[in-house]
Amino acid sequence: MGLFEAILFSVMTAATPLVLAAIGELVVERSGVLNLGVEGMMIMGAVVAFAGAQLSGSAFVGVLCGLLAGAAFSLLFGFLTLTLVANQVATGLALTILGLGLSGMIGERFIGLPGVRLPVLNVPGLSDVPIVGRVLFGQDLLFYLSIALVVGVAWFLFRTRAGLKLRAIGDNHGSAHALGVPVIRTRYLAVLFGGACAGLAGAHLSLVYTPQWVENMSAGRGWIALALVVFASWRPWRLLAGAYLFGAVSIGQLHAQALGIGIPSQFMSMLPYLATILVLVLISMDRRLTLINRPASLAQPFVPER
Amino acid sequence: MKKTILALAATASMFAMAAPAQAQMGQVKACFIYVGPIGDFGWSYQHDQGRLYVEEQLGDKVETAYLESVPEGADAERAIERFARSGCNIIFTTSFGYMDATNAVAERYPDIKFEHATGYKREHPNVATYDSRFYQGRYIIGQIAAEMSETGSAGYIGSFPIPEVVQGINAFLLGAQSINPDFELKIVWVNSWFDPGREADAARALIDQGVDILTQHTDSTGPMQVAAERGIYAFGQASDMAEFGPETQLTSIVDDWGPYYLERIQAVLDGTWEQTETWAGLAEGHVVMAEYANMPDEVKAQAEATEASIESGEFHPFTGPINKQDGSEWLADGAVAEDSELRSLNFYVEGVDDELPQ
Repeated sequence: MGLFEAILFSVMTAATPLVLAAIGELVVERSGVLNLGVEGMMIMGAVVAFAGAQLSGSAFVGVLCGLLAGAAFSLLFGFLTLTLVANQVATGLALTILGLGLSGMIGERFIGLPGVRLPVLNVPGLSDVPIVGRVLFGQDLLFYLSIALVVGVAWFLFRTRAGLKLRAIGDNHGSAHALGVPVIRTRYLAVLFGGACAGLAGAHLSLVYTPQWVENMSAGRGWIALALVVFASWRPWRLLAGAYLFGAVSIGQLHAQALGIGIPSQFMSMLPYLATILVLVLISMDRRLTLINRPASLAQPFVPER
Repeated sequence: MKKTILALAATASMFAMAAPAQAQMGQVKACFIYVGPIGDFGWSYQHDQGRLYVEEQLGDKVETAYLESVPEGADAERAIERFARSGCNIIFTTSFGYMDATNAVAERYPDIKFEHATGYKREHPNVATYDSRFYQGRYIIGQIAAEMSETGSAGYIGSFPIPEVVQGINAFLLGAQSINPDFELKIVWVNSWFDPGREADAARALIDQGVDILTQHTDSTGPMQVAAERGIYAFGQASDMAEFGPETQLTSIVDDWGPYYLERIQAVLDGTWEQTETWAGLAEGHVVMAEYANMPDEVKAQAEATEASIESGEFHPFTGPINKQDGSEWLADGAVAEDSELRSLNFYVEGVDDELPQ
């Protein structure tokens, strides 16, 4: 594997958990719900995926467990904010804090155990193409899934009736409700989808990125995913571009350091964030378009009139 | 009558003698504050292992409590104060950033003993400091790296450019240079103590650029796993990480705080606790080398010999002649670096191909 190919490969690995978590949150926010608990759902996904893989011996079972754990954890958020109409910001933050603590407790007996790695699935024929072959077609299940989810979400939101309804709810839940669109039910489904995606992102961390369980291993990636959604102005393709840009700069700066170019490492560590903000700000320069994309009833409580 | 008075006088004088000394205690409550989660399998994990060791050794005579993931800063002072109020007799604060908070609380609670890890401020008589000479182990692994590397270059994953880490880089390179004068070191800073993902990314970047030995001064097992995946050798950090790379780990520099904690808590029980400044290493058993594995016998024998000579005090890793990175002289032939100088080390030795972030 050449150096360039190796760098591309690492970039994909670094970006995949961000893509997974962010695409889920994008759907949640498009439905008008702000779930700040991505970090918490992600770490729950990571620990349960690791536990599932350890106990069953199969990384695929682990992925499924991570997905379910993220979804189950998001259900708690859904119940509090949609049924009991609690404040979404506060509940999301609480979900993150709870997730970090609870995952530590669940994961206690799994500390120091070498993990089960999710196997690489080569696409026959395509994975041997020079340079991009391995990078795009010699990956694991979760990478393919992350791309499929972005394509699927883009199609669903902008090409299907159900997607239109979901966006309508996010823009004005009152009107949508008056038109007979089931606001609460749709939002529950969106929140569950977001949780499942965050759980998959967690599974990626504990089964692919670094196949092991250590407390707090998500190390803030949930927050980066959240920021990506906003900076991508709630557009799936921009989100994908943003995540890969972030991955490219964070891997690139490590290589630059290893090559020994004399730029302070503190600045280099800052670079991925800086570059992502800069580029995404540039592509969302048009304020009008950004406002159109922003779900108007984001984080607004909804109580159906009886 | 006279006898009684004599007896009374004797008792009184006994009291008078005993009063300035500390009373013996039947049971001691020892409390620990950790900067990370105890499940990090690195720094905080090893401190907690020390706590468990004390519990095991002293049984009923000790009661322990701990708080994990306490941020350095204002929260730390509150956490320490809470422990001070809850009846702790001795409080261990196990991160550099707790230094000022520890001293501030110590002033308000003169009867409680405070032990601060890796710091240098002892503003009150009830504050002691302790640290380990990890650089001793780094010199040994530097030698092993130079023996084992085919490309003549190793990758070094750094956390923050503080003296402790700079000591480690310098000691590692000096060790390597003692075997191969042209040994090369590629350094990547991740600006974090603990981020398994980013540490793994750094490991991948270094391996992609051709290093065939990896060492780290960050706390997670991420780099070890990447090294195992790519089939190169690596050194563990803080704890024995052999399980994450049975055919990868050459050895690991293990922090063993148990004996120190036992000694200090026993001192409180005996009433003999005193303010001290401890900077112990291989000789005292605070730094322990994990099993030398995956290497030929002669490399192992050499590592053991170096370990023995450092342990006996015969050899100090920072013994001249050593030049600074810019080529100017630091230590003359035969001169040994002062502890105070090592504590504030902020420059590289000759041969490091990196600019030290300031």
